[in-house]
This record gives sequence, C-alpha cells and structure tokens, in this order.
Amino acid sequence: MVPFAGYDMPVQYPTGLMAEHHHTRKAAGLFDVSHMGQLRLVGPDAPAAFESLMPVDVIDLGVGKQRYGLLLNDEGGIIDDLMFVNRGHDLFVIVNGACKAGDIAHIQARIGSRCEVIPLPDRALLALQGPLAVNVLQRLVPGVEKLVFMTGSPFRWHDADLFITRSGYTGEDGFEISLPGDRADQFVRTLLAQPEVMPIGLGARNSLRLEAGLCLYGNDIDTTTTPVEAGLNWAMQKVRRTGGARAGGFPGAARVLAQLDGTEALTRKRVGLIAKEWVPVRENVELQNTSGEVIGTTSSGLIGPSANKPIAIGYVTPEHAAIGTPVVAMVRGKPVPMEVSAMPFVPNRYFRG
Amino acid sequence: MTTKYTEDHEWITVDGDIATVGITVHAQDALGDVVFVDLPEVGKTFAQKDVAGVVESVKAAADVYMPISGEITEVNEALRDDPSLANTDPLKAGWFFKVKLSEPAQIDALLDETAYNAFAAQ
Repeated sequence: MVPFAGYDMPVQYPTGLMAEHHHTRKAAGLFDVSHMGQLRLVGPDAPAAFESLMPVDVIDLGVGKQRYGLLLNDEGGIIDDLMFVNRGHDLFVIVNGACKAGDIAHIQARIGSRCEVIPLPDRALLALQGPLAVNVLQRLVPGVEKLVFMTGSPFRWHDADLFITRSGYTGEDGFEISLPGDRADQFVRTLLAQPEVMPIGLGARNSLRLEAGLCLYGNDIDTTTTPVEAGLNWAMQKVRRTGGARAGGFPGAARVLAQLDGTEALTRKRVGLIAKEWVPVRENVELQNTSGEVIGTTSSGLIGPSANKPIAIGYVTPEHAAIGTPVVAMVRGKPVPMEVSAMPFVPNRYFRG
Repeated sequence: MTTKYTEDHEWITVDGDIATVGITVHAQDALGDVVFVDLPEVGKTFAQKDVAGVVESVKAAADVYMPISGEITEVNEALRDDPSLANTDPLKAGWFFKVKLSEPAQIDALLDETAYNAFAAQ
C-alpha cells in the first residue's frame, strides 16, 4: 500500500503487477478509482459555463455522450485532464484524485455564479477493463452491452443507482462505474466473485495506460505544458479553434490558439519513444540527439509488459518529434538508443459498435 | 562459507577471499517482477556502499550497493539474459556478481541471518 492523492492505495495485489497487467489485456481487471473526483454541474447555463474553462466543445455534446476535457490556466497550462458526460439534466465530470480539491475550487471560482457545482464525495468509482469486461458486467447489469465507447447511461443494481460509461484508461474495452460509496463494497465483492475478474493495483494501471499512450497527469502533463505541446490537439474541436464559430474564450486561449494555428512556434512536443536495447528508460531521463546535444527529457517510461520492450513518453524539440527520429536517452550516464514512435504502443481495442 | 546480509537487502556469501552478492527474498518480493539488471564491469573496483548496479521491476528501480570493498571478478550473465532469476531463485541462480575482497574485516560488521530477518520484518 502507498499513499496516493490522500488515499492508501495498493501498488499491486499478491499476484503482482505483471500478472495483473496481462490479465487485464486478456480477461477483465477491476480498478478501485474512488480517489478520483466526481462532480455535477447543474443549470441551464452549465454547458456554456463549463465550455468557458476548456478548449473543448461542451455545448454540442449530445445527451449520453462522453468527452475528454482539459482545464487550463491563464497561460494555457493544463490544470487537469478530465472526462465529462452530458446527462441531459447535468454534466457529470470525473477529475484526477490529486487535483480534485484544486479543480473544484477553480471551477467554483470561475463559473460558480453560472451553475451549481456539486461535488459527489459519497460516490465510489470503479473501472472494469479488458476484453471480457462486457461479459461480466452485463451478467450483473443487463443492458450495459448496448453502450459504445465514450457513452454512458444510468443503471440499477438491486436498489443502488449506478452511472456507467463505456470508457477507461487502459486502451481496452471496458466500463467506468459510479455508484454510492456505501454499496461499493458489496458490488466489488460481487464483481471479484466472477471468474473473469482480478483486482488491479496502481502499478499495472500505470503500465496499461502508458502502453495505450495516455497521459498521466503530474508526469506527462502539468501546469507547465500546453495541450498543443502535449499533442492533445484531437481533444480541441474545430468549433473552438481560430475560425470556429465559438473560437477562444477559454483561459490561455491566446497562447493555445496561436500554437494551434502555427503563429506561435512550439519549443517542445510530446512523443512516444521505444528503446532499441533492453534497458528501462524511466521518467526524467535526459534525451539527446545523435550529436550529443540535449533535446528533451522523458516524462514516463517502463518496460511495457504487452509491448515487450522499453517504452517511454517524453518531450523533445519539434525538429526531433517526427516518427522514426533517432534519439539517445542518458540512463545513469550510459547512452541508450531510442526511436520516436507512434502511440499507442499497443493497439487500442475500444468497442465502437 | 558464511552468509551475511545488509540493510540494503543484499546477501553476501564469503568463500576464502571471494564473495558472491545477490538480493534477498524480501528485496525481490518488494520489487516485484524483475525485468532488468545492470551489472558492474568485471575488473572494476568499488568501495563499500558504492552503487555497483541496478535492479528494476516494472514498478520500481533500486540501486545495488557494494556490501564490501573489492574488485569485481565475475558477473552473472545468465541473470542479465533472464532477470526473472532474481525472483525465482534469488539466493542461488539469481546471484549478481562476485567480488575479490580488499578489506575482509568489513564482513564482521554485516548482519547475520537473525539480525537481518528482524530488520526486514520492521
């Protein structure tokens, strides 16, 4: 057990990180992510208000649809990344555990006069991930199999109200389940009693998300990185960009839009990296070009259990960001040859219907 | 042959003036599945407590310290090829390196098995 975001959380269960990782890729892994922040934004102006905090299209998101979002500071740095669902009567938002107090304060301060900001500290959050997650969950909660990737619906399990989305952070098909905290113990035990399910700790959560090329807040993105530097352009819909019908109007817009339309040159870009030798390249490792000049640093890295090679995420100068570019990681003073690689490192297997 | 232990969770077995060094069962348990070891160069000399190598699992990296001063005479190439030996057989096939002792008296100050087990249980 380790302290994490103010909670005691398991790095691994007795079977160990490697077994948990592989189990999630071939069957179903259960993650207790109740440390993450859940909140509701309520009121007719909530979508427009929330949109004013992010470079993301909130207003046009259909009912039952889920989207990835980014809270930015006034310099365009990332305060947090999050997921939100338009539930019709509210916006349901899930933020990172370590960021939740700051996020809620920020949202309250900026848009608290335009909509109700309601934290949900009594709700637990579970993620059931892997190719057999759907088989397991539909056995307990019939109907979840009809959801497709990045959609959500309310369900019931006995007398407990669940809100389930088909999403996750492993690159696999799977679900995230919000439920009353006082019913979580019973629901978790029921899930763990299913033959396909194994509990998964923080260690495998990290190796799975890294293989999926997904950012870990605090490592790969933080208040010093902009969404464009982080390669999250896909998360910023056209309608919010220069020339779009609702362009700008979010914190840091001047800088982020200038980086998006090319009027401000980037100084660094997030890339995937694969080592050519069997040497783990972890976070905060210096990256050089083949002439020995410093060009960046890694932000996450490990030997990917499914990728079966050392993989990393890092930031490099834009001229070294093209896929296939050779770079050198200096691991304990020794050069390890790497190559800029496409992400994800392991193909995604989301269920898109 | 005597086997001693360090507070860095290494074991050291002395046979004449050559000692064999590895990590303890407790150490490999705490690390989890070992995926990489970085072993010192044969012929290199280290002082006691110098970092001589690295052992890494997917979740963590740990330095391997020299339990005693001396010169590296041999490293375990089989461990380099199959780092999981550090998990499956940490006290035998998973040994890390052999050292020619330069200050054999250092051995006496290391922990015996009872003292190490008490330390590791803390």
